[in-house]
Amino acid sequence: METLPKKGPYRQALAAIRRINQSRIFIISFGIVIIILLIWRIVVVARQTPFPPQYWAFQIINGLVLGGVYALVALGYTMVYGILFMINFAHGEVMMMGGFAGFFTLQLLTTLGWTEGSPYLSALSILLVIAAGMIVSVLTGVALERIAYRPLRTAPRLVPLISAIGASFFLQYSALRIFGVTPHNYRKPELISGGWAIGETGIFVTRTGVFIFVTSILMMIGLFLIVKRSKMGRAMRAVAEDKEIASLMGVDIDKVIAFTFALGSALAGAGGVMFGFHNTVMRFNTGFIPGLKAFTAAVLGGIGNIPGAMFGSLLLGVIEALGPSALGVPTEYKDVIAFSILVLVLIFRPTGLLGEVLTEKKA
Amino acid sequence: MALLEVRDVHSYYGNIHALKGLSITVEEGEIVTLIGANGAGKTTTLRTICGVIKPRQGSVSLEGENLEPFKIHEIVYKGVALVPEGRRIFSRLTVYENLDMGAYHRIDNDGIAEDFDRVFVLFPRLKERRNQVAGTLSGGEQQMLATARALMAHPRLMLLDEPSMGLAPVLVESIFETIQEINREGTTILLVEQNAHMALQVAHRGYVLQTGEIVLDGTAEALRNNPMVQKSYLGIE
Ligand SMILES: Nc1ncnc2c1ncn2[C@@H]1O[C@H](COP(=O)(O)OP(=O)(O)OP(=O)(O)O)[C@@H](O)[C@H]1O
Ligand SMILES: [Mg+2]
Repeated sequence: METLPKKGPYRQALAAIRRINQSRIFIISFGIVIIILLIWRIVVVARQTPFPPQYWAFQIINGLVLGGVYALVALGYTMVYGILFMINFAHGEVMMMGGFAGFFTLQLLTTLGWTEGSPYLSALSILLVIAAGMIVSVLTGVALERIAYRPLRTAPRLVPLISAIGASFFLQYSALRIFGVTPHNYRKPELISGGWAIGETGIFVTRTGVFIFVTSILMMIGLFLIVKRSKMGRAMRAVAEDKEIASLMGVDIDKVIAFTFALGSALAGAGGVMFGFHNTVMRFNTGFIPGLKAFTAAVLGGIGNIPGAMFGSLLLGVIEALGPSALGVPTEYKDVIAFSILVLVLIFRPTGLLGEVLTEKKA
Repeated sequence: MALLEVRDVHSYYGNIHALKGLSITVEEGEIVTLIGANGAGKTTTLRTICGVIKPRQGSVSLEGENLEPFKIHEIVYKGVALVPEGRRIFSRLTVYENLDMGAYHRIDNDGIAEDFDRVFVLFPRLKERRNQVAGTLSGGEQQMLATARALMAHPRLMLLDEPSMGLAPVLVESIFETIQEINREGTTILLVEQNAHMALQVAHRGYVLQTGEIVLDGTAEALRNNPMVQKSYLGIE
């Protein structure tokens, strides 16, 4: 290397190429080929079966709604990773537990006639459903941390990961045992059923969609305020950066970690309820795929990064909603599309789309 | 009763025996310095006092109370604050947030506000930059922030690990002036320094540490005049 002259763009380029290792070049070429194929496919499909613009608008709205649900779950993955550098693989199940708590509360309130009472009573019952989901998820998440992760905090990083996978199965099969295999159907209150047509555009937005999206946004604003403005939020950020120094400032690390789990689980619980209203069914394994998707979204945005998780989730939701039509494949392929996006992002930007902050921190 | 008493402490990193029966005492109101070569165990001593390292043998007590059963954050509540080696400020928090972290365990809002004022008088530079992200401060400014952060804890005992490291001579001067000022306001100080010249000027007493053991102790003046200290730490032949 030293023998190369310092000047000359050709020499510099050559040196740069030599520095990149071979396997990386292979992976990048592979990624480029996939992207070219995708673009080609999109163009071909668009020329064969053009959809009207309303259709696309409708899909984007759907995608944002789904993205909002993903965001509620993705934030928990990203916050826990930010503090413990650990993927809480049981987080999807934390969401599922909240979804079930919401279901039973909804059922109870429906029997009482609250959900179809006056608009105020109906709104109150929806709030109670969300609160029940959040509370049960918080209890699940905090217990999980206490039992499955805290004792392993000083163990090698793979160990808590295995414990997380075990916890995920434990929760799924406990739910199977308790709630059975039959799907539980969320009965939507009148208040959030139906929707509005926007003028003459032919675009239709559902009330459920608006409700889910607005709730997600409000929750994210709440989270942002807690993390940025509160004393506990400041302690969370300090612990994420340097645990030893934070404890030397008088921060009780255990408490902060438990709080982080509680916060992430509360959002996941709300996410479980939103998913219930969106998807209308709850099952013992309902948390699994959305959990994986939310994790994908968190990685997409840059894991450990809170705005990244929000952005990644909305993006993933939209990609999932548009992808099948754009590629002219059946909607069942939306999961394949979502996970392929993850692979592509990891090839080109291993730190995620908004991931610079993390690399800087780890350096 | 001494404010801090470290008695016959043995600390280890795995199998490495870093402190070999070290004993020091610090009386209320004193500035005591700990000098020693690289790797002598100065940082380890401070980490043992704060509870980051639990000694295998021996005890650390604050006003006669053994600190052994307490966790790190509980020891902070008892009035011990550390300015760690290498600053270790929270680079992604703002200057203001860093200072606020220093006062994390306090609930006396009036006192905290007073200390913010005091710290901003001592370090006007930090006041100018209070909304800046701390990672973007210069090295010297980061050292000021680390010291100021410990001041915000309003500790009874402040442990300083090489506060002058990497600072321009003018700044070293002002950091040491600050240390004396803090001390006059009632904070007891245990100061670890490579810069033995400065340390022995501000301290009342000192200990010389060599490979995990105290080899010499005495008043600052006695140490300044000791031939061994002059030769090894002050560079006087
Ligand atoms: N984390 C660690 N793991 C293993 N050994 C360590 C660790 N930290 C310190 N040591 C060893 O313990 C001994 C004392 O180290 P310590 O950091 O206390 O020295 P010091 O007096 O502060 O030195 P310096 O002036 O260079 O900061 C050294 O021999 C060092 O190699
Ligand atoms: Mg040291």
